[in-house]
Amino acid sequence: MAKHETPLLDELTKGPWPSFVDDIKQEAARRHENKDGVEYQIPEDVCDDLLGVLELSYKDKETHWKHGGIVGVFGYGGGVIGRYCDSPQQFPGVAHFHTVRVNHPSGKWYTTDYLRKLIDIWDMRGSGLTNMHGSTGDLVWLGTFTEQLEEIFYELTHNMETDLGGSGSNLRTPADCMGMSRCEYACYDTHALCYALTQEYQDELHRPAFPYKFKFKFDGCPNGCVASIARADMSFIGTWKDDIKIDQDAVKAYVGGELKPNAGAHASRDWGKFDIEEEVINRCPTNCMSWDGSKLTIDNSECYRCMHCINTMPRALRIGDERGASILCGAKAPILDGAQMSSLLVPFVPVEDPFDEVKEVIENIWDWWMEEGKNRERLGETMKRMGFQKLLEVTGTKADARHVQYPRENPYIFWKSEDVPGGFERDIQDFRSRHQR
Amino acid sequence: MAFVSSGYNPDKPMENRITDIGPQNYQNFLPPVIKNNYGKWLYHEILEPGVLMHKAESGDEVYTIRVGTARLMSVGLIREILDIADAHCDGYVRWTTRNNVEFILDSKDKVEPLKKDLEGRKFPGGSNKFPIGGTGASVPNVVHTQGWVHCHTPATDASGPVKALMDEFYSEFQSMELPAPIRLAVACCLNMCGACHCSDIAVVGIHRKPPLIDHEVLDDICEIPLAVASCPTAAIRPSKVEVNGKEKKTVAIKEERCMFCGNCYTMCAALPLADAEGDGCAIMVGGKVSNRISNPKFSKVVAAYVPNEPPRWPTLVQTIRKIVDAYKQDAKKYERIGDWAERIGWERFFEKTGLEFTEHLIDDFRDPAYYSWRQTTNFKW
Ligand code: HEM
Ligand code: HEM
Ligand code: HEM
Ligand code: HEM
Ligand code: SF4
Ligand code: SF4
Ligand code: SF4
Ligand code: SF4
Repeated sequence: MAKHETPLLDELTKGPWPSFVDDIKQEAARRHENKDGVEYQIPEDVCDDLLGVLELSYKDKETHWKHGGIVGVFGYGGGVIGRYCDSPQQFPGVAHFHTVRVNHPSGKWYTTDYLRKLIDIWDMRGSGLTNMHGSTGDLVWLGTFTEQLEEIFYELTHNMETDLGGSGSNLRTPADCMGMSRCEYACYDTHALCYALTQEYQDELHRPAFPYKFKFKFDGCPNGCVASIARADMSFIGTWKDDIKIDQDAVKAYVGGELKPNAGAHASRDWGKFDIEEEVINRCPTNCMSWDGSKLTIDNSECYRCMHCINTMPRALRIGDERGASILCGAKAPILDGAQMSSLLVPFVPVEDPFDEVKEVIENIWDWWMEEGKNRERLGETMKRMGFQKLLEVTGTKADARHVQYPRENPYIFWKSEDVPGGFERDIQDFRSRHQR
Repeated sequence: MAFVSSGYNPDKPMENRITDIGPQNYQNFLPPVIKNNYGKWLYHEILEPGVLMHKAESGDEVYTIRVGTARLMSVGLIREILDIADAHCDGYVRWTTRNNVEFILDSKDKVEPLKKDLEGRKFPGGSNKFPIGGTGASVPNVVHTQGWVHCHTPATDASGPVKALMDEFYSEFQSMELPAPIRLAVACCLNMCGACHCSDIAVVGIHRKPPLIDHEVLDDICEIPLAVASCPTAAIRPSKVEVNGKEKKTVAIKEERCMFCGNCYTMCAALPLADAEGDGCAIMVGGKVSNRISNPKFSKVVAAYVPNEPPRWPTLVQTIRKIVDAYKQDAKKYERIGDWAERIGWERFFEKTGLEFTEHLIDDFRDPAYYSWRQTTNFKW
């Protein structure tokens, strides 16, 4: 018999998609049964009370979590999101319901052995509920009491060699696409760079020293499977500089129908026979491809590497061999002054261990933003307030037409005094000697 | 419930403390076939919805089965996933950037047994534990947020609307019949933790009433200048009021300048604004993050408000169904929703989807608003 009636939530056990309600209910039952004799360190009925408070929110159509809650572990300034229920008498199992962010491995690859041991800690010391994963990337452990935080952290670090993720005004947990581990489009080793930078900047991740939060994300190519251009203050997106590799026989196999376009991504619907003119040549945004009936050619100097042709004919077309990444900056959600995607700063940077060129760009940006960024001002907003030119200056980058979508349309142009002959120091008397008042 | 120490000594908290070790190295977790062919992949194929094959230069093949999850999951369910991975995948498993689970197999004959195993697993209410799909031109998993399960600033729930949406779009998850993938996202407030501002279709929780002001405690629990600075439209100013005969420092909010973003509540617990009738969802469409053909795009608001209707949000789900159906019928192959809407024109988008255009959809936020109006005579009747 469930502890609370949940008629509204019970509606969400119906339908084909996996039901979080049934899952939480099963966890509640599992805790009561406690087959393995776990010494639960927070109330056994935490899952029942979570369903109870959620049912109440479904009835009231308002959240029942109090504002905020500052908790954490010694030595760190973040990693734990504190949370308290606003009806603790009714739902004592979730009176405290803090989340712990646990840093995930690059690409979210796991061995079952590691993950099993990891969640055993959470079973005993937390609610047994998780998010797999948070949108930034962390393993998110949903719901424990304050007294358990240090215990969890001790077990994580001593027994699992695993650290907390980031929260607060600091470097958040970096994340990447699957890159070279299972994708033929990867232009650099996203896992290696993600792991190396996460380790390099542990201090910046655990101890808030920034004006606001800061995120890194690593995409192996412009397809953007980890969406870095939209979800990271610094987005690292793989690219190449030389020619797209063409296998003409494979092109013919696509035209002949032996190979399925886009690897079969549209297979459930009849789109007709593959038409290379219509589906590739005419869709190329730069019009740099041609097909003469037997041979595909690409004017690579005009290609902007959008990936469309490669995505459509992955067995015939391959990324170039001179590979690296573009660095773009400033993406953020709307608060405060509007959403931003990242803007191109470094068109091409080689990505090779120990990644010194990448680190130099990062550290130059931090030096500037940590000094000039206002309280709770994202990098993207600092860029808007102080100008893109300032970002170029602090990173020692020469302005380039690739930095803009189009040149400015207003003539409100700043000049530096030293760039104008004679400078800004002028004498009104001298002016008057030529022009009477 | 006896307290069990981990070994941590609260009297000497800094003793034996390990810090700054970061995550475990991913190399410890790569399946052998992945490790052996790392960076040496030749091509891939989508064999059927939810099943991929990657071919390496060495000739090795790996097969991937992708399954949907609710993201919010219990350790009991995770253990079930781990047991499956032990039985079929030599103890390796991974999660995707859209919170699906991928089982990796090193030979083709392991595919059918695993599929059969996964398809048989159901929750007591009948929903599938591990539905296979989410590849190619489909509706993959919904990137979403905390909602009423854990956050203090939501204007709607996340897990509930996502379940309602995915039940509706289940057949699109399990097939590849769309012109291009439709990426859905849900955020329960304007902080948009996740991917709402850059998704094909996004649901964002919104408020429609200004914050209440708890004058009695405001100065004790908030830094007034932070609350003032948090407002995008400068609706907040410091002020004084008399409470029980005592003068208190507090803030005043110009209601006609407030657009209910809730950012001041994020900064100041004395400014709550959640409201059962006021709150609901806005629907945005047309965003994308990939650079394929067209540049990445922001999503745009096409429905300013649909009410919160727990537990299944029928108006929300039906409105999105209309958008998906119109797109499915009209768009060309490879066209994302944003590409389609821009090609036919937004006036046509509203006509084809049957959505009502209201004044709320016209941008009025600062200078850039102007660029969203129509400075041309090029429009369709
Ligand atoms: C009046 C006092 C408060 C102020 C001024 C305040 C300020 C903030 C700020 C600046 C953020 C954004 C932080 C970020 O982006 O990383 C934030 C988010 C948050 N606040 Fe508050 N907060 C207050 C009360 C609290 C308290 C006491 C907590 C306790 C934990 C809290 C819980 C949170 C959480 C969980 C987040 C999300 C953090 C994240 O995204 O990593 N709030 N708050
Ligand atoms: C106040 C309570 C808040 C809660 C409970 C909360 C919760 C979360 C969680 C759990 C994540 C995923 C974290 C991870 O994977 O490590 C996240 C990500 C995010 N948060 Fe929040 N958050 C809060 C406040 C904010 C605020 C104030 C902002 C912005 C002004 C914000 C913007 C974001 C964004 C944009 C992401 C996604 C980043 C990405 O895609 O990687 N959040 N939030
Ligand atoms: C070998 C080829 C590829 C591999 C291995 C790959 C891998 C992945 C994986 C595993 C995901 C998470 C999927 C999910 O959970 O539903 C993903 C997401 C994504 N992929 Fe790919 N992908 C490939 C090709 C592409 C192509 C051709 C495009 C674009 C045309 C693309 C764009 C994206 C985007 C935009 C996301 C979602 C990001 C987000 O909104 O969160 N990928 N990719
Ligand atoms: C003493 C000062 C100025 C003089 C003598 C002057 C003179 C003129 C003249 C003779 C024309 C052509 C009118 C026509 O074709 O009928 C003109 C056009 C124009 N002026 Fe000025 N102007 C002055 C100041 C300004 C200022 C301060 C601005 C802007 C801030 C300005 C903006 C323009 C513009 C935009 C046009 C073109 C209008 C159109 O599009 O037809 N002018 N001005
Ligand atoms: S971003 Fe590019 S390299 Fe990375 S997984 Fe996606 S398609 Fe592959
Ligand atoms: S990558 Fe894009 S721009 Fe380059 S040739 Fe292919 S379709 Fe054209
Ligand atoms: S989107 Fe808003 S309400 Fe939802 S988890 Fe993020 S901060 Fe909380
Ligand atoms: S809700 Fe937003 S707009 Fe309204 S007063 Fe608060 S910060 Fe300003």
